[in-house]
Amino acid sequence: MPAIVLAIVRRLLLSIALIAAAAPAFAASFEESVAKFANDDFSDTDDAVSEIAVSGNPLAFQIISALQDERLMFDAETKKVYVKQADGKIIDAATGAVVDKLPDTAAAVSLNNRLRRTVDAALGGLTLLSPDLSTRLSAAKSVFKSHDEATLPTVESALAKETNRGVKQALTEARAAILLFKSDASEVDKLEAVATIRARSDQEALALLTEISSGDQPPSVAKAAAGAIASIQSSLAIWSGVQNAWYGLSLGSVLLLAAIGLAITFGVMGVINMAHGEMVMLGAYTTFVVQEIIRTRYPALFDYSLLIAAPLAFLVAGAIGVVIERTIIRFLYGRPLETLLATWGLSLILQQAVRSAFGPTNREVGNPSWMSGAFELGQITITYNRLWILCFTMAVFAILLAMLRYTALGLEMRAVTQNRRMAASMGIATSRVDALTFGLGSGIAGIAGVALSQIDNVSPNLGQSYIIDSFMVVVFGGVGNLWGTLVGAFTLGIANKFLEPVAGAVLGKIAILVLIILFIQKRPRGLFALKGRAVEA
Amino acid sequence: MMPHMLTRSLDRAATIFVLVVAACGILIPLSNLLLPAGSALQVPTYLVALWGKYVCYAILALSIDLIWGYCGILSLGHGAFFALGGYAMGMYLMRQIGTRGVYGNPILPDFMVFLNYSKLPWYWYGFDMFWFAALMVLVVPGLLAFCFGWLAFRSRVTGVYLSIITQAMTYALLLAFFRNDFGFGGNNGLTDFKDILGFNVQAEGTRAALFALSCLSLILAFLICRAVVSSKLGKVLIAIRDAESRTRFLGYRVESYKLFVFTLSACMAGVAGALYVPQVGIINPSEFAPGNSIEAVIWVAVGGRGTLVGAALGAVVVNYAKTFFTSGVLAPYWLFMLGALFVLVTLLLPKGIIGTFNSWWDQFTSKTPNADSAAREDGVTEPKMAE
Repeated sequence: MPAIVLAIVRRLLLSIALIAAAAPAFAASFEESVAKFANDDFSDTDDAVSEIAVSGNPLAFQIISALQDERLMFDAETKKVYVKQADGKIIDAATGAVVDKLPDTAAAVSLNNRLRRTVDAALGGLTLLSPDLSTRLSAAKSVFKSHDEATLPTVESALAKETNRGVKQALTEARAAILLFKSDASEVDKLEAVATIRARSDQEALALLTEISSGDQPPSVAKAAAGAIASIQSSLAIWSGVQNAWYGLSLGSVLLLAAIGLAITFGVMGVINMAHGEMVMLGAYTTFVVQEIIRTRYPALFDYSLLIAAPLAFLVAGAIGVVIERTIIRFLYGRPLETLLATWGLSLILQQAVRSAFGPTNREVGNPSWMSGAFELGQITITYNRLWILCFTMAVFAILLAMLRYTALGLEMRAVTQNRRMAASMGIATSRVDALTFGLGSGIAGIAGVALSQIDNVSPNLGQSYIIDSFMVVVFGGVGNLWGTLVGAFTLGIANKFLEPVAGAVLGKIAILVLIILFIQKRPRGLFALKGRAVEA
Repeated sequence: MMPHMLTRSLDRAATIFVLVVAACGILIPLSNLLLPAGSALQVPTYLVALWGKYVCYAILALSIDLIWGYCGILSLGHGAFFALGGYAMGMYLMRQIGTRGVYGNPILPDFMVFLNYSKLPWYWYGFDMFWFAALMVLVVPGLLAFCFGWLAFRSRVTGVYLSIITQAMTYALLLAFFRNDFGFGGNNGLTDFKDILGFNVQAEGTRAALFALSCLSLILAFLICRAVVSSKLGKVLIAIRDAESRTRFLGYRVESYKLFVFTLSACMAGVAGALYVPQVGIINPSEFAPGNSIEAVIWVAVGGRGTLVGAALGAVVVNYAKTFFTSGVLAPYWLFMLGALFVLVTLLLPKGIIGTFNSWWDQFTSKTPNADSAAREDGVTEPKMAE
């Protein structure tokens, strides 16, 4: 029994001795370190921070974070240092005793940028042991960024104790980062560290490794780092490709939503509706009005505002579409160019009407809670509103496709698209089909407006910014086939987003327009052209 | 009997038109310069500039009528040719500023100094010479129209498809000219002009001369258009308008005819733009806006498509109305009126002012108008091809 006790005591003594050896040889007492702040000299402050960080004193965290927020006060005469706590209480930094009030001569300990980095690193090391999981995680990440050698012992002890997998991973990476920059770390350690960081394969890992390889390293480490850099770069290139593809899909879904109604009216009636963009705009304003009513009367329903607005926007825009068809467009059949002019005139009137009613400025349309925020997928960020719009677009597309395929109206619409006269001879009331088609196309534009109100400014000019793009989609995809519109929209969206990083946003757009103009030369009736007799009609 | 009648009535209209424009071109500048200010008959300088603007618009309208009224090509991008001609002239005027700019750089225009250009971009070379700029006023729009038309007509892009891609063309140019690094002054465009051929652009004499020159150009453009449409070539153009495939089957090279008339029309639009810029004193990318081009088409529709005189008349009437309404209390309603004009003209007055007047005149002079030729002269019937 005594032997065991003796052994334990010996082990304790040994470990204490080890800790003492690990501390700097000039290790000063905690009070002396704190007193250095009172000199308000950058290099003294630096020493003080490093010493306090490894002191293990319970006040250490409070003092250093106070220094960071410039709440650490010193009195040059008495050489005393105080911490002004966030709630206004003053304590003596050296002892932790509460003080009534600050001396009048007290001033904040000043910082420079180099010191701030030291402070961040020290805080990172101190919070590694915090009981709160997310604090530990962010501390580990900040150590990874600062890779300050002084935090290595803390990181290692934290790593030994850590049980959470994510934090453990972050700590391992932080340790690897420190080892890479530690001049006296062994080659084996460094190689292992490079492997660990390579596994991260993100922008930060790349920056770290690039920094390493420019420094003085053993050849094997330099080689491993170069290999890791190449592999990270290729993985980043793939991710940026994925990112562009996602942006492209998102843009494509917006284009599809705006163009799909246009494609229907153009396909069935051969009518270019220049006021189509204004139907989109009306849909967006319907959303605005619905949200205003909900905000003032039934705030609890706000999350459902879009679900309420969508059918209403369809009805509003659809009804206006039917009225336009009955009063104007039906008199202009067979004269597509005149229809184009008349609908342009209508678009001017609708824009001006909305401008008079709602004012020329942007109106605020809010995101419901389920549409705000984002999540990370690998290296890319996906926002919920874009994701929902993509899903919504596909749903609208599927419903429309099913409608054309399985309903009586859909059948009649397809018949009229293929051969108007023959359809009329078979007893289809073509003028009724025309009116309903125009209403349907306009209604879908209204729904598009609901979606676009979530990502764009709701102003009277909203439709104008989409109309040319929508035309391009329809012209590119070809008429009489919704799949053409789908392919056209996504092709243009993705091509646009892949050109943007290379050529810049505006030049990319110009390039797309020029490409479409050239494409039209090759296939004057779009990707999915109607064949046979319908062509000349 | 009927075609003869038509030529005679048009001839009379043409003569009246040329005489009226010539009279304006001579009398307005003279009254502005010679009569004392404040006299009842004196035309103030601001009106000379304003009407000079209308005359330029009339030339643009003529160029659109030539292709739309006689060849069935509805270009929604003619504003681009107008603006390109304007930019060519603007570049000459910028080079003429010389050391009088804010930065006093003898070679670089102010905006280039401001944007840290070290030397003049290559495409600005030569614009210090008037003859070169004048040549470019024709060549640049003409070349663009030639390339565009060659691609489009050869692959038989017609109807609304053509309209849409011409709109895309002017939209692409709009985006390009808005860029600062494109070398044309970006958003602000070219302005602050001083001299043209050594004369101060602000001076009354210069303005009067520019007005007279615009009127002369309008007459010339009108005569050229008349010559084209009344020639054998013009008959083929009308045939293309009314039945393109049939004309092709008869052995005419439809593409070549269209390409010729499209390029000619673009050059005319370029000249209109070049005359417009010194009178207005600025050219900026907003001239490329698709809306401007469509508005120009409605001038033609109001005046009467396929009548030439009507196009010029429509440009003046609509723009006068625009000036009148946008400067008064009715300003917020102008867009309503313009929109309604688009709708009502296409619905109720498809032949425009002159076209409607012509058919009244025909009914008045001949008791039994032939239905077929009346339809042909209207110029509004679309080809009904095999369905």
